[in-house]
Amino acid sequence: MTHNFIYLDNQATTPLAPEARDAMLPWLSGPEAMGFANPHSPHKAGRAAMAAVEVARDQVAALLPPGGTVIFTSGATEAINQAILSVPRGGIARSAIEHAAVIEAALAGTGEVQELPVNADGLVDPEVEFATGTGLVAVMQVNNEIGTIQPVERLAERAHAAGALFLCDAVQGVGKIAPPEGADFIPVSAHKLYGPKGIGALWVGDGVEIAPLIHGGGQEGGLRSGTLSPALCAGFGAAAALARERMEADFQHLQGLAALARSILARWTLNGSETSRWPGNLNLRVKGLDAGRLISELRGVAFSAGSACGSGSGKPSRVLKAIGLADADAKASIRLGFGRYTTRDEIEEACRQIEAAALSQGV
Amino acid sequence: MTAETIYLDHAATTPLLPEARAAMEEGWRIWANPSSPHRAGRAARAAFEDARSRIKSALDWDGEVIFTSGASEALAIAISRSKLHLAAVSAVEHEAVLRHAGDAVRLPVVDCGVVDPQTAALSGLVAVQHANNETGVIQPLFQIAEQVRAASGLLLADCAQTAGKVPLPDADMIALSAHKFGGPIGAGALLVRDYAMLEPSGGQERGYRGGTENLPGVLAMTAALEVGAGWMAEADRLRTHLETALRASGGEIVADDAPRIASIGAVRMPGVSAASQLIRLDAKGIAVSAGSACSSGSLKTSHVLDAMAFAGASEVIRVSIGRETTEAEIDKFIFEWQVIAGKI
Repeated sequence: MTHNFIYLDNQATTPLAPEARDAMLPWLSGPEAMGFANPHSPHKAGRAAMAAVEVARDQVAALLPPGGTVIFTSGATEAINQAILSVPRGGIARSAIEHAAVIEAALAGTGEVQELPVNADGLVDPEVEFATGTGLVAVMQVNNEIGTIQPVERLAERAHAAGALFLCDAVQGVGKIAPPEGADFIPVSAHKLYGPKGIGALWVGDGVEIAPLIHGGGQEGGLRSGTLSPALCAGFGAAAALARERMEADFQHLQGLAALARSILARWTLNGSETSRWPGNLNLRVKGLDAGRLISELRGVAFSAGSACGSGSGKPSRVLKAIGLADADAKASIRLGFGRYTTRDEIEEACRQIEAAALSQGV
Repeated sequence: MTAETIYLDHAATTPLLPEARAAMEEGWRIWANPSSPHRAGRAARAAFEDARSRIKSALDWDGEVIFTSGASEALAIAISRSKLHLAAVSAVEHEAVLRHAGDAVRLPVVDCGVVDPQTAALSGLVAVQHANNETGVIQPLFQIAEQVRAASGLLLADCAQTAGKVPLPDADMIALSAHKFGGPIGAGALLVRDYAMLEPSGGQERGYRGGTENLPGVLAMTAALEVGAGWMAEADRLRTHLETALRASGGEIVADDAPRIASIGAVRMPGVSAASQLIRLDAKGIAVSAGSACSSGSLKTSHVLDAMAFAGASEVIRVSIGRETTEAEIDKFIFEWQVIAGKI
């Protein structure tokens, strides 16, 4: 994993784990072997490819709650769209800090959309009132911009009590912390947990109604058509297995990195809760900083000011506004995302560069 | 997993070209999110947009390219986001079109599997595939496009079996899949003459397809396209050799007289079920199929052969040739086929 920059943007994407890469290679063969076969073909090569897909499905399922079904998709965006749009579910109550995929999919549906606010710590009130007619409640597990962990177990309970289903976008949490309990839908993305881009999954709880968005050959039990890639599945599966094995070690590593970064950037203010948070993320601000300028000046450090998808819009982060930050403070905020492969030396070097560049802005 | 398999199922999927694998590995090295604003993200974006223009050039396509996870997703976007309602589909479309088709008109095919262009003069979206995945029959899309456009409609062409093999047809929207032409499974594209034909849905790809871009997949797809289709003349020769031999041994070639893409042939062995042929060929290490891979395992008869009113549909298997197929492999297949048919 050599590159000429320090990568602190692990919420946007993560590098491919060597183990995931190795797991993919046999399924990316030319005619010299039969690893390229279509897993839906009935011949021997096809059956071998399908066996690899099923091993991978079990590896992914092991990161998720017991029971349920894992449907492979092209990624979390598709999984979220399928959960929200494939079956009309009535009104949707979603948090103010959901990923754009949830927000846009909710808008594309026919139901009323209720926005559940967050407090200054970036947390949804677990006792918040859901609007009458709510059929689906969507609150993410770990926020992608500020790293806050939401009280999703309680929210799931309350959604069910109100007769609604619960969608928990766990893209940033799966493979890193225990899966959310009580959810009916959990979308996952491989490339956020050191797996390949181009694959994700929708976990659906037992007995929960779901329908396809992509129709066709009837793969995935008719719930998601399109030829499955044994390579992408195997890479996802290997990444999931590795994440499960290293969950505790990775978590402690990230805690150490976060503490180190906070100690160097001691004068910076943390956006979001100090306590209910996942340690792979720090969203920090300094009054008067031009975060956009900081990002473009520090060519050797890759970090961002919010979600990758929203970058380039020039608008202040929706999540930071939701926690009550003024536009100026939102534009003075940076997101640092640490990962399994981030070293302490990289944190020290990057934080020193960030602090020096901030000081040179006169802030 | 042995390399002794004789693989004649290229319509289901193709081996990954070494050029595509190398490009995918390059994509793993430029792994940042192409939408990230930092230098690493911008480098990924530059590679991604470069691939987009290379694909346009390789396909000689001057419209827009929306990258997707494959042809099924491309067709789903085309049909569900089209500003024109789906007015008609051919009766021999892939399930990826048919299952979205609802009550759209089914354009019939004549016995040789070809749509009559006159029936396609409709003012909505009309979906007709370029080549059929089970029989290889090529539709007269030039004439169909003329009829559709004269009626102010738009033509959607599923080109999963033809893109990267023969020039693209004249259509308004085209779906393609990388793994049918030596690229990876999990990458494809929807080509549109103009974004304005679609309602945006938000997110990446200018709001027409959300989700983090699959840069390794797109680079590999691009590299596969750039290798070219110089092998198609040899495929034509091999299929002629194959079909001549099978005809002489009592085989019946499906749509023998229709224009067909050289990579696909469907042949009936009278008196022997396709399932039985497949099992015996599989035991000999020969991978072929009965119709599409997607519907394999189901015992339904092929809707394609039904639409053609083909008698003996349950005795038809599909042989599909790829760029690495050799004459020796075809000869081995002919021999085993003749054994099963009781001709040897």
